[in-house]
Amino acid sequence: MISLLKIMLLLALVAGVLYLMYLIYRYCERTMVTLIHICGVSAIVFVFGIFFFIFREGAPFLLKDFDFGGFFLSDKWYPTSEENPRFGILALVAGTGSVTVLAMLFAVPFGLGTAVFISEFCGRKTKEALKILVEFLAAVPSVVWGFIGMMVMNPLIIKLADAPVGLNVLNAGIVVGLMAVPVIVSIAEDAIRAVPDEYRAAAEALGATRWQVVRKVIFPAAKSGLLAAVLLGVGRAVGETMAVLMATGQSINIPFDGNAPFFHPLQSVQTLTATIAAELGEAPSGGHHYQALFTLGIVLFAITFAINLVADLIVKGIRKGK
Amino acid sequence: MMNPRNPASRIVTGLPLVALLAAFGCGGGDQSGRPGGGTGTGSGAGKPDARARKVVIQNIGSDTMVNVAQEWSAEYKKVAPNVSVEVGGGGSGVGIKSLMDGLTDIANASRDMKASEKELARKNTGKDPVETIVGYDAIGIYVHKDNPLTEISAEDLAGIYGEAKAITKWSQLGVTIPGGRDEIVVVSRQNSSGTYAFFREHILKNKDFRMGMQSMSGSKDVVDLVSKTPGAIGYSGMGYKTDEVKFVNVSARKGEKAYGPSIGTVRDKTYPLARSLNMYTLGAPQGEVQKYIAWVLSADGQKIVEKAGYVPIEAGK
Repeated sequence: MISLLKIMLLLALVAGVLYLMYLIYRYCERTMVTLIHICGVSAIVFVFGIFFFIFREGAPFLLKDFDFGGFFLSDKWYPTSEENPRFGILALVAGTGSVTVLAMLFAVPFGLGTAVFISEFCGRKTKEALKILVEFLAAVPSVVWGFIGMMVMNPLIIKLADAPVGLNVLNAGIVVGLMAVPVIVSIAEDAIRAVPDEYRAAAEALGATRWQVVRKVIFPAAKSGLLAAVLLGVGRAVGETMAVLMATGQSINIPFDGNAPFFHPLQSVQTLTATIAAELGEAPSGGHHYQALFTLGIVLFAITFAINLVADLIVKGIRKGK
Repeated sequence: MMNPRNPASRIVTGLPLVALLAAFGCGGGDQSGRPGGGTGTGSGAGKPDARARKVVIQNIGSDTMVNVAQEWSAEYKKVAPNVSVEVGGGGSGVGIKSLMDGLTDIANASRDMKASEKELARKNTGKDPVETIVGYDAIGIYVHKDNPLTEISAEDLAGIYGEAKAITKWSQLGVTIPGGRDEIVVVSRQNSSGTYAFFREHILKNKDFRMGMQSMSGSKDVVDLVSKTPGAIGYSGMGYKTDEVKFVNVSARKGEKAYGPSIGTVRDKTYPLARSLNMYTLGAPQGEVQKYIAWVLSADGQKIVEKAGYVPIEAGK
């Protein structure tokens, strides 16, 4: 029975492909238009599909056991506790936030600087070589970055910074920062290249130095593109999982407190993404822990959605202001 | 092109696409059903007609047991060439979950199955999970090799790991770490691990762990981190010992004699953190699965347990 069904399906598949080829030949234009329509619509379908899936898995937790204060304002994450399970995500949000902020402190100056150098200051050969190298940097898998954080940076941080443990916000911040650099460089470089050469020529004709041209002409003209580059870098940092799982030290801890200097990059943290990655595998499906992890997914989804929305609004606002 | 598009023809062009998608969808579903079918041959391999056929036994579970399970699988190929045992890790919870879903023939677990899990397995599959003890493990308390600490009581361990954070400095234990860092770096496991649950039950008496521990995702990761961190303490399976770390002897109560993990102390239960390594099957093991487990329990199988750094079961038990 099953093999008969298989043969029928195979025949249907072959017939479908042949028919499709015939149609492409016969009504080439229309078929391509339809195909492209489907591709375009698929993005919307996927986004809503993902949201629906995450929400469906997390919904029972959200609807039944959800306690706003205990969820958002508590740092007590004890999803598998025997006597008192608690689901406070404050420390996880602080972990994601601290790693992202530190990563951007490294990546934004570094990435924008590289983009400006590549597009404005260096010769053609250097430019091509640098672009290839930056693309190469983007191709390094995140688990390799995590490995570098664990094996190279960990002992280095212990030695240089005199920290008790080298897997911490600083480690993850540097690693994720380096991961975000190629994203920022390639988009910022595109934005800078899109500034018309007449602008540069005009500024130089007025006697501006090259740095003045960059600062007063290129940056304002490429503003929205540069901002998009930075926000995409932020998105990369928030969503990064494997590297932070290996480099943050996986410790439920808020690296901020009232004692100067208020932010302690040498403390270990745990991010939202790494929590899901580390715990979902063994959380019994349908249980509280499982649903709470999907609720974390909803929070993560909301954060990235908010970042994209803000980016869109700012870019639109800048366009309107022009 | 400027062709006027009429809706009817668009539907016609769309139809085969739908058929195509449906065909793909069904094909995919059929394929994903296949591994389950393969597992079935493993369980049903007791039938006489399956003698010459290649038999696959799925064996998923505990990270603690994954090394020894792989050794067993490799060695068993020499004993029974037509049987291939496919070993997967992920943790005791993953193994038990797979057993409940009927995705594995044998689940490895470094902890006992909870009553609720047995209930769920019975509800899902209609069969009772059956436990076979295949060896013993002790959770070693690891510190860096330069740490002068030689023994610790269960109470002090609870002080270090407990939610109250009663002990956070090495000086509280009367120890000075070379290099002068006094803060204890507390290394633990992720909260869904079997080792985590075992430690919580036996040291913390099921109270909660403290916050701000380093929660590593694997047994080996704990030892790796301790070996690189002079001020760290961690717990992990005794088989993961390296030259960069050392065991701390553990006493059940303050003032009592402390023991290190070894075959003798685990078997006579003088070491407080000993546990059994279990294999779970749905119903009593049958056919090839039964033969495999019998071989694991034999002298040849148990030799591998000892080689991997764990404690073999006593012969005749």
